[in-house]
Amino acid sequence: MKVVVDLNRCQAYAQCLYAAPGHFALHGKEALVYDPAPDESARGEIERAVHACPVRAITAVSDAPDETGAAR
Amino acid sequence: MTTSPERIVIVGASLAGLAAAHGLRARGFAGRLTLIGDEPHLPYDRPPLSKQVLRGLYSADTTLPRHPDLGAEFRLGLPATRLDPEERFVELGDGSRLPYDRLLIATGTRARPWPKPEEAALDGLYTLRGRDDAQRLGQRLQAKPGRVVLVGGGFIGFEVASTCRDLDIPVTLLVRDATPLAAALGAQLGGLIGEVAREKGVDLRLASEIERMEAEGGRLTAVTLKDGERIETDCLVAAIGTLRNVEWLDGSGLAADAKGLRCDAFCRALRRDGSVVQGVFAAGDVARWPNPHDDDALVAVEHWGNARAQAETAAGNMLAGDASAMRRHDHLPDFWSQQFGLTIKLVGLTDGADAFAVVHGSLEERRLVAVFGKEGRTVAAASIDSARWLPAYKAAIRERAPFPPIEEAVDQPRLRVQEP
Repeated sequence: MKVVVDLNRCQAYAQCLYAAPGHFALHGKEALVYDPAPDESARGEIERAVHACPVRAITAVSDAPDETGAAR
Repeated sequence: MTTSPERIVIVGASLAGLAAAHGLRARGFAGRLTLIGDEPHLPYDRPPLSKQVLRGLYSADTTLPRHPDLGAEFRLGLPATRLDPEERFVELGDGSRLPYDRLLIATGTRARPWPKPEEAALDGLYTLRGRDDAQRLGQRLQAKPGRVVLVGGGFIGFEVASTCRDLDIPVTLLVRDATPLAAALGAQLGGLIGEVAREKGVDLRLASEIERMEAEGGRLTAVTLKDGERIETDCLVAAIGTLRNVEWLDGSGLAADAKGLRCDAFCRALRRDGSVVQGVFAAGDVARWPNPHDDDALVAVEHWGNARAQAETAAGNMLAGDASAMRRHDHLPDFWSQQFGLTIKLVGLTDGADAFAVVHGSLEERRLVAVFGKEGRTVAAASIDSARWLPAYKAAIRERAPFPPIEEAVDQPRLRVQEP
């Protein structure tokens, strides 16, 4: 999958950390770091994170079939 | 210009280009859509490059999500080399020509190279702008150089310094100005970040510049500063700003120079005489546009948020037919930076600010919201680890509300207006 977070929008409510703990983390009080290319197997967790975000800052899309796992 | 376009070409396959492509499809554009990128990569996100990618956290693949039904053709690894706005085609590096009905110019910027070419060519000297740059520098950092010397007092320099400290690499940060980050944040907040950097072990040198470099067999070994001090290093990162990618527009008649490509309030590209180039639009770092929040002063905003917002506006206007149906680009500039565990955010532009007041928290706590004033009006607000309170100030900035905000209020007795 591919994930991007609008960090202008992010206000560190940290709901994504609970929804997908292996893919989102806070460094310090508010600095969100995240996995931009999680494995397709994490899709359920990532989608929970997308929906849990109170400020709708997370966009996630599954890879097209021809580029799954391709590290370009 | 009122006929609906059948073929749209976007030059620049990065954040703005991809956002425009999404925006065009979301508005129902069903014609042929081509994105041209000079890098071999699909559109990718840059902000993580100076932070988690260098540090080796998570995946280094920051390819941006693309809608499954985007239906765009990517021509990657070839730069656009020429524009003919009369015949309406873009020429690529291999000589092929792409005709367009509408064109979006989103070619962005590149890292400013080290000014002395013989030093710039040394092994061990890095710049950071693209994914390949981040991969090269990341590999070097993960091999733990003895000391990294960073040149540049902007956000990239500080973010890379922070990453080096996270990796426990000794780092010297050379800033030409007397105050770090002053251009964007003012001396108060810039000074605070400098203080935090020093506490985290950064050897921060203000008002400091490199006199010359030493090398052995083409490999950097040391630098000598203007004050005569010599620092041994085999890894130097030059984070000294950017250059706009406008050279390919030479001869097109468009008003493009080192400050960017001039466009009007509707993102339409302009000629040198100020007339509109039919069918040609601009967005992102390369576009220089009249900012309604600053009396229409021309500005090129090199921020992530502007790239997306301006691409959205341009996409709508490309399909609008004529100017009466177009929307003006009135995005309020905003950005963030993460360094040393702090999140710094800014809305508005602090250029020319003459007053500053902390309205939440305090400099001592290193958790605050501050508002900037210019000639009695509110022009910007910044937060450090207080992002939740920052959006509340957008309205005041948009309205250019009187500054200072209320003084001596019962809930804010400590509000003090000072120099930024």
